[in-house]
Amino acid sequence: MAKSTSIKTRSESFFTEIGDMALFSGRFFKEVFSQPFEFKELLRQSYNIGNRSLLLVGVTGFILGLVFTLQSRPTLMEFGAESWMPSMVGISIVREIGPVIIALICAGRIGSGIGAELGSMRVTEQIDAMEVSGNNPFKYLVVTRILATTLMLPLLIIMGDVIALFGSAIIENLKGHVSYMLYFNQVFDALSFSDIIPATVKSVFFGFAIGLVGCYKGYNCSKGTVGVGEASNSAVVYTSMLLFVIDFIAVFVTDIFFEI
Amino acid sequence: MDSKENLKPVLELRSLHKSFGDNHVLVDFNLKLFEGENLVVMGKSGSGKSVMVKCLVGLIQPDSGSITIKNQDIITMGHKELDLLRTEIGFLFQGSALYDSMTVRENLEFPLRRQTHKVADFESTEALVREALENVGLSDTMDLMPAELSGGMQRRVALARALILKPKIIIYDEPTTGLDPITAKEIIELMRNIQKKYHTSSLIITHDVDCARVISNRMILLVDGTNYVEGSFDELSNSKDPKVQAFFKN
Repeated sequence: MAKSTSIKTRSESFFTEIGDMALFSGRFFKEVFSQPFEFKELLRQSYNIGNRSLLLVGVTGFILGLVFTLQSRPTLMEFGAESWMPSMVGISIVREIGPVIIALICAGRIGSGIGAELGSMRVTEQIDAMEVSGNNPFKYLVVTRILATTLMLPLLIIMGDVIALFGSAIIENLKGHVSYMLYFNQVFDALSFSDIIPATVKSVFFGFAIGLVGCYKGYNCSKGTVGVGEASNSAVVYTSMLLFVIDFIAVFVTDIFFEI
Repeated sequence: MDSKENLKPVLELRSLHKSFGDNHVLVDFNLKLFEGENLVVMGKSGSGKSVMVKCLVGLIQPDSGSITIKNQDIITMGHKELDLLRTEIGFLFQGSALYDSMTVRENLEFPLRRQTHKVADFESTEALVREALENVGLSDTMDLMPAELSGGMQRRVALARALILKPKIIIYDEPTTGLDPITAKEIIELMRNIQKKYHTSSLIITHDVDCARVISNRMILLVDGTNYVEGSFDELSNSKDPKVQAFFKN
């Protein structure tokens, strides 16, 4: 009996949270088109989010390319299909692995950062101080951060994909004696717009989700410093789950329009 | 301050109620702040003082009652009107609430961002920031980060930020809490000087008896969510009521 009550309470609070997050994103769309626009803060956030993630995304992408190629090579060789390696790696990285892995890395790096920063501003009354001074903290803090992640994530993912392909090319060059020119020619031969466009559109939604959940968790943080930790942690957990849901929807929709 | 009935209050709370679940924080709370006076609201920790001031500036929506500031009902007010009215109110937060990612200068400039009618150009922004910092005796901290300042200095900078738009009403939420006795005295002295210089009306939320003694023209004791008793510091400190006496015992 107690167990079923607990499940009921948990599912209620889960759906309440989903509803609150929907309202929060509704407020974002209302505020994003209304003046005054915070261009300076948007640029600052874009720089912070983009520039400070470069190294992490670069290293992750490079290792991803190396490992993926190293792991796939023996299996492809078994079937005498190693010449398919550039096409296979290119399509897998651009369509799926690159966007998802880099978005997950960014959820950890950017989402938790936003959750912790806004959470600590909430508990130290800095957000209240902004509101009392006649400024709109939602516009200044939330709208700029969500826009910045939405704009920056596709760029980071494109960069990560390119570096991953470069990592893969190095392995192919060293192990299979494939020239870089031939490798990239094969990659671009295999890729089409139906691979690149859905992946880019998907990464825009990934960026939006990372910004939205981080901001929602931080902005509504309570319970003092413990709450800041919780906001940061749950921002990463919720975003990671949401990324897979978005990915599934994106693949499903892509399948309808492009017949992958 | 004797003939209050003839004066118009700059700020008035009528029958304010606020509950959080079963916890009734404010129950029929009433308050009037008159022009140029320093009104102290005293109460135990957790008695609802901070909730009351947050209702006052529209950070928390009360369950019922009315809040009038300069003859305008803030509960029924739209967002834009409320933001405009907020520029006439200075608010000193309990923990200073300085923006820790900004320098002292940027902290002080922040409330000026949307007040183009109050700031003509960059030079006057600079002049306003300089004047506000001079008022609190911290002119040389302009380019420091809040983390580089002591607790007392942070409180002074927060006071300078609250004053930058030259508000007519200032709300102090526990201005001396967490400070050593000497710094607390300095802050109280600063509050008195500001009141003299700008003729502001001040609402001071505190449980610091020394602060109340030095600064108050009138006091209200907040007990069980309601205004239990009202009077001057001397009247209240000499009261025989044990609930009132409990505040003044050392």
